[in-house]
Amino acid sequence: MAQPEPELITIYIMGKGYQVPKGLTIMRAMEYAGYRLVRGAGCRGGFCGACGTVYRTRGDYRLKVGLACQTVVEPEMYLTQIPFYPANKATYGLTQLKPNLATLLQLYPELPRCLGCNTCTRVCPQGIDVMDYMARAMRGDIAGVADKSFDCIMCGLCASRCPAEEVQPNVGLLARRLYARYLARPAAHLADRVAEVKAGKFDSDLDRIADMDLAQLKELYNSRDIEA
Amino acid sequence: MYSASMRESIAKVAATRERRLEEKHPRLTPDEKDALLRGFHPDFREDTQRPVKIGPNAGDSMPHELVNLLEARSVIDPVRPLPEPDLDVDVLVIGGGGAGVAAALTAHELGSRVLLVTKLRLGDANTMMAQGGIQAASKPNDSPVIHYLDVLGGGGFTNKPELVRALTSDAPLVIKWLEDLGCMFSKQPDGTMMSIHGGGTSRKRMHFARDYTGAEIMRTLRDELLNRDVPFIEFCPVLELVLDQEGKCAGALMQNFETGQFLVARARTTILATGGFGRLHVSGFPTSNHYGATADGLIMAYRAGGRLAFLDATQFHPTGVAFPEQMLGQLVTEKVRGVGAQLVNAEGEQFVFPLETRDAVSAAIIRECSDRGKGFATETGQPGVWLDSPMIERIHGPGTVRKELPAMFRQYERFGIDMSQDPILIYPTLHYQNGGIEIDEHGRCPQVANLYVAGEAAGGIHGRNRLMGNSLLDILVFGRRAGRHAAEQAPTVKVGTPSVEHVARFNQEVAAAGLGQASAPILLPDYVGR
Ligand SMILES: Cc1cc2nc3c(=O)[nH]c(=O)nc-3n(C[C@H](O)[C@H](O)[C@H](O)COP(=O)(O)OP(=O)(O)OC[C@H]3O[C@@H](n4cnc5c(N)ncnc54)[C@H](O)[C@@H]3O)c2cc1C
Ligand code: SF4
Ligand code: SF4
Ligand code: FES
Repeated sequence: MAQPEPELITIYIMGKGYQVPKGLTIMRAMEYAGYRLVRGAGCRGGFCGACGTVYRTRGDYRLKVGLACQTVVEPEMYLTQIPFYPANKATYGLTQLKPNLATLLQLYPELPRCLGCNTCTRVCPQGIDVMDYMARAMRGDIAGVADKSFDCIMCGLCASRCPAEEVQPNVGLLARRLYARYLARPAAHLADRVAEVKAGKFDSDLDRIADMDLAQLKELYNSRDIEA
Repeated sequence: MYSASMRESIAKVAATRERRLEEKHPRLTPDEKDALLRGFHPDFREDTQRPVKIGPNAGDSMPHELVNLLEARSVIDPVRPLPEPDLDVDVLVIGGGGAGVAAALTAHELGSRVLLVTKLRLGDANTMMAQGGIQAASKPNDSPVIHYLDVLGGGGFTNKPELVRALTSDAPLVIKWLEDLGCMFSKQPDGTMMSIHGGGTSRKRMHFARDYTGAEIMRTLRDELLNRDVPFIEFCPVLELVLDQEGKCAGALMQNFETGQFLVARARTTILATGGFGRLHVSGFPTSNHYGATADGLIMAYRAGGRLAFLDATQFHPTGVAFPEQMLGQLVTEKVRGVGAQLVNAEGEQFVFPLETRDAVSAAIIRECSDRGKGFATETGQPGVWLDSPMIERIHGPGTVRKELPAMFRQYERFGIDMSQDPILIYPTLHYQNGGIEIDEHGRCPQVANLYVAGEAAGGIHGRNRLMGNSLLDILVFGRRAGRHAAEQAPTVKVGTPSVEHVARFNQEVAAAGLGQASAPILLPDYVGR
């Protein structure tokens, strides 16, 4: 089927104008314009946070941010990527930590500096209420931070705009690891199974099945019962 | 966002929903499945593959796009003397996805001097994109033996049995490792891990972390690598392996992606964890893979003498996005079917049991859109069938889609589609490289001493077809196995002088066969100007 001729619009990549087809994502538009991306492109599907981009459209003073792989170009868009942001990450040994507010404050002492300006929430491409999870962090509500920050792809856009120099994605990550390690109940069935494997409980059955010929294996496979 | 003609077809889907609630589409019999695959799976089409002319697998058929690279000359000039090694380590890990980071952490834990190098950022990898889940026989009604049988059946009984055994036996250990590292699996309040079916499973053994399973695993492992201060270099793709005088692997030649500077890392043992080949766009299909999935590891290992296995079997994921155009090829996680969405044609009729193996579902969709003429074609001519996601809410109640599939819901929402109310149009997408470089149960490459391979770059574990959830598992099982063995072996290894003579020889062979117009590895796909 013949593709209809695409309608072209003008965008400005780091101030330079290019004509690109309407409907492309920022990432595809940059490539269409001739950029070979090395930085600023990872998964190309909204999962890795490599492609944070700041933009503005003509006639609007407001700066917006978005993921280049997920945001469609608009006419008269001025844009630049922020492929790297020198945000602080605390290092720690998880096994030595306690899941409480003191830990968060010790590793991220800037935490109480949050001004409650809500910029982080407004920019988050994942639609996360970032300010809310930061407020929870300040209250030591680790389970709450873990839950509310879960969908964070660590693009760093919130941190890049935060007047208090918070590094929200790293606070969220720390809280999730603390929650999963200390606050969520361990899976008893898993621990039991690990013990069984280590004790060699399945070895003889695995030996037996390894010795079967193809016909026996197929027979066994085709007659296996399937959990409803 | 949906056009009027799409709306017409969507209305037909909605009209049959109540009826389909009770309707169970029959599973394929083994014979039906065989006929379906032979008739419609791209692997079996004559024009998609050709035998490679040179190297360890000469005569074996593989997709054209891969053969083009295997028959290419090297991107480096192997006659130029190598720079002096800048880096000297025990264990060199190539690739910053799940397999590479798991290997690096394991080797580091055992006291090795480790260096990890990767092409993009740490975690810019297929691992980050996995949504659905990770398999492990952790529940009382399950066992590594039952899991073994599922893996083997899914792979068409072609898998290397010792690798399957390692995979399913280590599976619970790997999940426990992740749990201890603070990876946030979805759990019941009493700590029981939630688990569901995936295509081809006989037990509900798919563990997940909401629908960001791969991301949660990747960000946890990456955080741990940073916390332990394991050395790593980003934007530093490896171009070729280096071998010593005896043909043993002695590290790698790489290049700073930004400055162009070459670097040699000399290593006692080397672990290749460069992932898959989706960005080669085999048979012209769109892909679900990350930007760096360009088969580099296969190319380098092949020149060093490593054999490849099962690369004639390509995995198409049945549910790639067919509309909107901006999301073309992106994955619609299998979990959407796992929680109840059915596949229906333009008339609103089911045509395949939704949880058949991926190869079969893909072939069934291709058949529906070609021979049977019951697919829906978009304005750009892209064919597809409907995945009836509103059925999930019909079964489990309103709000379920948003809660259980937030990543999917959000992806569509960005383009004005509410998948909890309207079905979504899908078509198979190039998803996974079933085969790869041959390995043994320790992750060793049998042909090249001191070289290990882990993750999607390795072949044999899944035979001709991988089941959902077994790849996240395999990268961790074999990443850890390779990391351990490589660390344990390193002290016994005497490394000679690194050289790329094997590349020079390969280039000559390429030239003698009248090939080598193109060069490889390509490092990134070429999308410039498109
Ligand atoms: C969208 C999507 C969804 C998926 N969902 C699931 C799922 O639900 N369950 C499941 O089990 N599996 C799933 N898979 C498959 C699974 O995620 C991958 O097979 C697996 O994560 C691969 O891990 P890896 O570490 O081997 O490779 P990757 O994670 O791809 O990592 C490879 C790394 O090597 C780097 N690299 C490549 N070339 C070079 C070079 N020349 N030099 C240096 N570094 C290099 C890459 O940049 C990358 O960082 C999914 C895959 C995709 C794409
Ligand atoms: S942007 Fe920074 S200061 Fe403002 S609410 Fe968010 S964390 Fe607080
Ligand atoms: S919370 Fe911050 S880092 Fe995370 S996705 Fe939102 S903007 Fe990006
Ligand atoms: S490239 Fe990964 S989020 Fe855009």
